[in-house]
Amino acid sequence: MVISDAAAEKVPHPIGESVRRVDAYEKVTGAAQFADDLQFGPGLLFARIKRSPIPHGRILRIDTSKARALPGVKAVITGKDFPGHIGLYLKDRYIFCRDKVRYVGDPVAGVAAISEEIAEKALDLIEVEYLPLPAVFDPEYGVTSEAPILHPDLGDYSVVNFVFPKPGTNISNHFKIRKGDVHAAWGSCAAVIERTYHIPHIQHVPIEPHVAVAKMEENGKLKVWASSQSPFAQRSLIASALDISPSDVEVVAPFVGGGFGCKAGLSMEALAVAIATRVKGRPVKLRLTREEEFYTAFVRQGLVAHFKMGCDSEGRLLAMENRFYWDGGAYTEYGVNITRASGYSSSGPYDVPNVRTDSYCVYTNHPVGGPMRGFGMPEMHAGLEQCIDELAAQIGMDPVRFRKINCVQGGDILVTGMTMHPTGLSQCLEKAAEAIGWGYKDPPSATNKRRGKGIAMMWKAPAMPPNAGSSAWVELNEDGTVTVSVGGQEIGQGSFTVAAQMAAAALGVPYDWVRVAGPVDTDHSPYEWQTVASRLTWSMGNAVYNAGRDARHQILEMVAQAWGEKPEDLDISNGMVISYKTEESQSLKNIVVYGIPKPNDQGWTGGPIVGRGNFMPTYVTGLDPETGQGPRAVVHYTTGAQAVEVEVDLDTGKVEVLRGVAAFDVGKAINPDMVKAQIEGGFVQGVSTALFEELKLKEGVLQNSSFVDYRIATSADAPQEVEAIIVEVAQDDGPFGARGIGEHALVPTTPAIANAIFDAVGIRPGAPPFTSEKVYLAMREAGVE
Amino acid sequence: MSIHRITLTVNGEVDQVDVASNVTLLRLLREKLALTGTKNGCMAGECGACTVMLNGEPVNSCMVLAAECDGAHVLTVEGLAHDGVLDPVQQAIVDHGAIQCGFCTPGILISARALLDRNPKPSDAEIREAIVGNLCRCTGYLRIVDAIQDAAHRQEVLLQEAII
Repeated sequence: MVISDAAAEKVPHPIGESVRRVDAYEKVTGAAQFADDLQFGPGLLFARIKRSPIPHGRILRIDTSKARALPGVKAVITGKDFPGHIGLYLKDRYIFCRDKVRYVGDPVAGVAAISEEIAEKALDLIEVEYLPLPAVFDPEYGVTSEAPILHPDLGDYSVVNFVFPKPGTNISNHFKIRKGDVHAAWGSCAAVIERTYHIPHIQHVPIEPHVAVAKMEENGKLKVWASSQSPFAQRSLIASALDISPSDVEVVAPFVGGGFGCKAGLSMEALAVAIATRVKGRPVKLRLTREEEFYTAFVRQGLVAHFKMGCDSEGRLLAMENRFYWDGGAYTEYGVNITRASGYSSSGPYDVPNVRTDSYCVYTNHPVGGPMRGFGMPEMHAGLEQCIDELAAQIGMDPVRFRKINCVQGGDILVTGMTMHPTGLSQCLEKAAEAIGWGYKDPPSATNKRRGKGIAMMWKAPAMPPNAGSSAWVELNEDGTVTVSVGGQEIGQGSFTVAAQMAAAALGVPYDWVRVAGPVDTDHSPYEWQTVASRLTWSMGNAVYNAGRDARHQILEMVAQAWGEKPEDLDISNGMVISYKTEESQSLKNIVVYGIPKPNDQGWTGGPIVGRGNFMPTYVTGLDPETGQGPRAVVHYTTGAQAVEVEVDLDTGKVEVLRGVAAFDVGKAINPDMVKAQIEGGFVQGVSTALFEELKLKEGVLQNSSFVDYRIATSADAPQEVEAIIVEVAQDDGPFGARGIGEHALVPTTPAIANAIFDAVGIRPGAPPFTSEKVYLAMREAGVE
Repeated sequence: MSIHRITLTVNGEVDQVDVASNVTLLRLLREKLALTGTKNGCMAGECGACTVMLNGEPVNSCMVLAAECDGAHVLTVEGLAHDGVLDPVQQAIVDHGAIQCGFCTPGILISARALLDRNPKPSDAEIREAIVGNLCRCTGYLRIVDAIQDAAHRQEVLLQEAII
């Protein structure tokens, strides 16, 4: 179902058409190349990493002599070789540990050898002596004065101007919202609720583990091949860490076998690069094992969230007071911005006049937190959207009606003082409720089961620096076909297909004439900040569209000159240049590379057509550090609502999600079928995180670092049906009105399931995962029978 | 470590290779036979990305020693299409948009092919069971299940046409 306010508006082919993915054929034949598939010949060396076995300690001694002596070992390096810091928003990380280790898994040494087996053997020969130090495993303890300080040098780290570390503490960012007067508002509330949720760490679990190959030439030029969402950001961060020019670093990024955030920024790639600098001329490959993937790749941060919210007797939300303690882990170079994003979106998708929020990013001795699909929103909404249900119940109001009264609308003054743009959130809510059959309860499938329905809403803005840019090239080939070059990555979300659609629409050629150049290569592709934040359809889409229009303009100028007409009387349609004035027409074939001959052999007009385009938002402003207020905090919010029907087994506590309905306002669905695929996939990932997923950390040591012990949803766990509803309220600066839809799909799933469990059996399972054991015990305690 | 000389048929072609006794079928395929379509996701038999058909049965190739494959017939994702014509399961996966990142796709395709070989008319539950060992983090499985169901129908039509 597509619900649009712009149904009458005509869009060019192939916008709004569910065309086939450009990468489908390669991906079903095994031809699609991923980083581990690239061949490097017999010179390839293999790297392995020696990691800290303790959560916090001082390195007293490292002896690598025995490892160096092992035949086949080509290099052993430690932190003393690399003094430079790395980090995206806050440079708080070394490539290899220098004086201290701060989590179990922290890299202390790296080996390059002629085989993975020899490299692994060499690790055992490296002797490291540690002095264990007191550790922090709880962010609320971490902010107290008793906690050991994990980064005494915090004040010396370089940091972007919108992150506010507090040197001398474990707080690497404190984001504040002070809107209205919360304390005065409590008195006017008819109902107030206070709740705390402990959201666990989880892992992204792409099926493709991280892989990076690095090779440094004798002249200092560096080339990296990596499974990467961020080739350009990596180029920049690597150059800065090695103190060389970004133009001396080339990052090649083939297809990514799932990212979800964990392949953004710079992480394990830096290890391969550092080792490669010691074996110049030889490519060095580092692959994370699945076990390493679980505790050394970015994790989704844990969160302790305290909510207090109140409404009047009519159900109008009057105030919210939130305290978020993010378990940022040992290094918070990326996590500091998750803290900020959850702060500036901390009201949830509601119009609330009085809001006070303190969002803290706290260093702990846990794995390193980083971006994961939703960037703080799933963690925050998990609790917030349960509180909304409870608050509605306190005043005896239906939760859908309560949301309808309070949901954010165009023109509302948001929590940061920004004015909300037009949004279809209330339509999403209505449609989701209608589609799930809100208010009707089907009988359970067995007498020992109970059914329930739940609903939740969400919002999310792209979280990024204010000036994250995109660029694109559109080149015409001899036969009129088109090659699009982008720096945005194809990580499964369909960005290459969208790029092809944008180029076809901008030029006026059939979709199947367009190819997308791959792999992304920083030496041969145009700049893109990172493939994150669900920003590509919107930002890169604009750049490709602009490049296509530029190419179109060049073609029309050329033909106009040749025909003695004005460009404005010409058009390109279905790959033909046509004149509305003379009705003359000409295929793009031949003319777009070779030009057009002048009559009587008097020379030529035109030349090879290459369009270029870029896009960068220029309007995002800073926010006051004390109040979080400013004119424009973000570029836009994608909003949506989800409803689920669940069945709970009274004997076992097992929760089965029978059906899901998800409605999102995507501005304009460039490819409706791919939008639906994002929504379905995100929904099932949401079900997985809601029911199963938790990194079990005991004194900093991960207890479940395999697919057996860390379960993700399988085909048996997917619901029978996920209905995706597309709402289209146009984005003013989106290509054809489009906004992103990628991360959003899993944001409301956890609270929708929690609310449905309550509807089914009358217990609130609290924080995910809602495992059978947790639900069973909660039912026992509540006396549910 | 001893070296074994084995002869095996991969995607219809006979190969003779020398393999060390600790080398898995997955490594043999990817590193010696340059068949990188089969993916390495966990090396522990838990994710299904490396699924290939060994003598007609789907197996996790990371859990099979290459030395055991003397005389074996192996089918990988590269062997599904013939003369540029996709296998019905490949075509159905494309048509249903049942692909995102594509990393689990080769394993899923082989599991699906194996299912349809032994059970040409599977139920929804049988399809889900056949791919329960193939983890996918992107798609949510629903389109994959629909595509395999559709592939079964397409295959039936093709067979009927062949008989006529």
